[in-house]
Amino acid sequence: MRDVPGLPSRRSFLKASAASAAVVGVVMQAKAETPSAPPPIEEYQPVCLKPTEWAFVMAATARLIPSEGEGPGAIEARVPVFIDKELAGGFGEAADWYMEGPHDAAAHPFRGWQSPLTPLQIYQQGIPVFDAWCQQTHGKIFAELDAATQDKALTSLQKDEMKIKPELRDFFTILLQNTKEGYFADPMYGGNHGMQAWKYIGFPGARGSYKEWVLKHNVAYPLGPVSISGERA
Amino acid sequence: MARTAKKKDVVIVGLGWTGSILGMELANEGLEIVALERGHDQNTVPDFQYPNMIDELKYGVRLGMMQKPRNSTLTIRRNVDEAALPYRSLGSFLPGIGVGGAGTHWNGLNWRPQLSEYRLRSHVEERWGAGIIPEDMNLQDYPVSYEELEPFFDRFEHVAGISGKAGNLNGKKIEGGNPFEAPRSREYPMPPMPVTWDGAKFAEAAKAAGCHPFPSPGGIASQAYVNEYGMQMGPCNHCGFCERYGCYNYSKSSPQTAILDALKRKPNFEYRTHAEVLKIEMAPDGKTATGVTYFDEKAGEEVFQPADLVILAAYQLHNVHLMLLSGIGQPFDPATNEGVTGRSYAYQMNGGYTMFFKDEVFNPFIGTGANGMSIDDFGMDNIDFGREGFIGGAYWRAGQSNGQPIRSMALPAGTPTWGAGWKKGIGEWYGHSMSIGSHGSHMSYRGNYLDLDPTYKDRHGRPLMRMTFNWQPNDIRMTQFMKSKMEPIAKSMNPTSMQEGFKKDGAMYDVRPYQTTHNVGGTVMGDNPKTSAINRYLQAWDKHNIFVMGAGAFPQNTQYNPTGMVGGLAYWAAHAIRTQYLSNPRPLV
Repeated sequence: MRDVPGLPSRRSFLKASAASAAVVGVVMQAKAETPSAPPPIEEYQPVCLKPTEWAFVMAATARLIPSEGEGPGAIEARVPVFIDKELAGGFGEAADWYMEGPHDAAAHPFRGWQSPLTPLQIYQQGIPVFDAWCQQTHGKIFAELDAATQDKALTSLQKDEMKIKPELRDFFTILLQNTKEGYFADPMYGGNHGMQAWKYIGFPGARGSYKEWVLKHNVAYPLGPVSISGERA
Repeated sequence: MARTAKKKDVVIVGLGWTGSILGMELANEGLEIVALERGHDQNTVPDFQYPNMIDELKYGVRLGMMQKPRNSTLTIRRNVDEAALPYRSLGSFLPGIGVGGAGTHWNGLNWRPQLSEYRLRSHVEERWGAGIIPEDMNLQDYPVSYEELEPFFDRFEHVAGISGKAGNLNGKKIEGGNPFEAPRSREYPMPPMPVTWDGAKFAEAAKAAGCHPFPSPGGIASQAYVNEYGMQMGPCNHCGFCERYGCYNYSKSSPQTAILDALKRKPNFEYRTHAEVLKIEMAPDGKTATGVTYFDEKAGEEVFQPADLVILAAYQLHNVHLMLLSGIGQPFDPATNEGVTGRSYAYQMNGGYTMFFKDEVFNPFIGTGANGMSIDDFGMDNIDFGREGFIGGAYWRAGQSNGQPIRSMALPAGTPTWGAGWKKGIGEWYGHSMSIGSHGSHMSYRGNYLDLDPTYKDRHGRPLMRMTFNWQPNDIRMTQFMKSKMEPIAKSMNPTSMQEGFKKDGAMYDVRPYQTTHNVGGTVMGDNPKTSAINRYLQAWDKHNIFVMGAGAFPQNTQYNPTGMVGGLAYWAAHAIRTQYLSNPRPLV
């Protein structure tokens, strides 16, 4: 059976659950303590991204932080939900940035963000350009490619092998940055579900009080994370 | 038409550290004062409360406490041949917004410059001759000596509540402190903070190499403290959220913890927020200011605020911008090296090593902004500039400030930036690395300056300020010298692997990664009105009722974080206004 474009493949779900029994346990525990556990990610209704965009974000983040191996992947951490919400807000519309023209989008990268486009517009315009390149180069849009080819395509995007137009050249950079943000930000923003990413690396989140441990040199801090809303994991 | 507000004795532009200090000192003279702050009001409670404040995404990444480029920014180019482009989103430096300013979101590192730094040109000429000064370097003395400033450094440190260990008390060297510091008249207000594993390891290695480690001095309370204004601090709990955040624990020095609540109780002091000053207005004779025009955001109108005395206490960049817009001082021209406003913009030359230790645990989330151990063995006073081929110096420090994982994720070189390799890398290496930083001086050059941009405008229709800035060979030689000295010490700690981050020959300024918010110069203080915008009392040379606070006064940047010097100079200027100016307003020099 063919996987639905954009949804993480059944294969990667199976791998994730098989390889990370401990992580699944954490999720269960967090769910038990959270009265309003979110719906499964495949039932999530994006507030901002269109279906093809959502399919891309699901597929791309699943490769940027894959489910296999130790630690949660972007899908288990619900990173796509985070990205959808961020793009729907002030970040997506560059609400804080100076966006007056004239723009010199082709200026040297050291000169910073010079595109006239907002981050949301970069996703909206970058995804079809990249999908068209994937179709032409690999025969299918990104979300329909197998994992190994997806990795190859993302590498091409990162190295700008398709010579994307200058207005869109930060596409990969913000996609990767937003993916890591969604992995590690407080769970109230929709990602880092169950604080799995914090637990995986050993960051205690919003505990905020370590006075008694400052001089315990080279001794691992023993407590797990808490979130801003008071979840524990 | 602008509305005219009721006249005040003093108008203060900006309510950060220096605005608060001048507000308090001049309010104590009985003057009627209004401070105008372009940003919002903010207080420890409710604005910095736990747990909402310690939100890395909102404040660390989306920069919730910083100025919004949409409202206020500048353009940047690396040299005069390039077209300047707007600094559209914040990267390299992060000016603050709101009451407290950058003093609210800083790390707390607090220093006094080394003795040679106040008279750097004279120091160089006396020891090596003017011949070693690069042709395009505008090297100048500060027009005030350390001996004159010492009581004011002391005052600021005791108001701000600094923790540290003296290494030189009235000329007597004290074991455990910094043996290379300038003599201080008394101990720090509080003992030093305890140090995490990374700082302790560095201190041991530095000592073994013959250096002299000491606990880093900082505005982080190591115990309960009450200052001269009755303001109280509580001991820090090492939460690891200093820089980019307000402190929820009343532990970090800031205008909020040290001054503002006491100042707000004074009936002759008033402050207005969402009040952005657009211009300083001049009397017809051009010799004095009559007040300022500001935009009242709530009323949506311009207001003229008359005042007898104008204190510019905005961030360094904004002070320079306002002076350029208001015609205070002749704008600097790099073609002739003449003019004073915008002259000698400088920055900071930093570098460092990151070391990975597979089998050691650093708990990086346990930290403070001023954590750790430092050395000054490679400071200005200890370097033979003639032999080494540069003018400058640095202090080094190891002390973790935070373990916030979006931004603070050091990985060994060669780790993939995404995918399975990245995920494996973060699991293996988070909490298993430390770094040593070299915090270096930055000289002033003819080619690094500030003026008005010809193309881009702000929301009020005013030209943006334009920064022309690039790294210069002298400072790169300095930082490469630091690398050569740091490498063996880092190696001696036997890390699993290590990697360096020092600028190399030909490095071009990249505005994207955060570097430091130590923007200095542009309103340089000096003895000569042809090469400085303000005199030794921070008074504008050509408009005697305008005083200009902040790091804009630095003729070139020191090797330290600037706040200690900024605070000391503010008390020094306040003293001159109180004792010399108020009774007889005139040019003090």
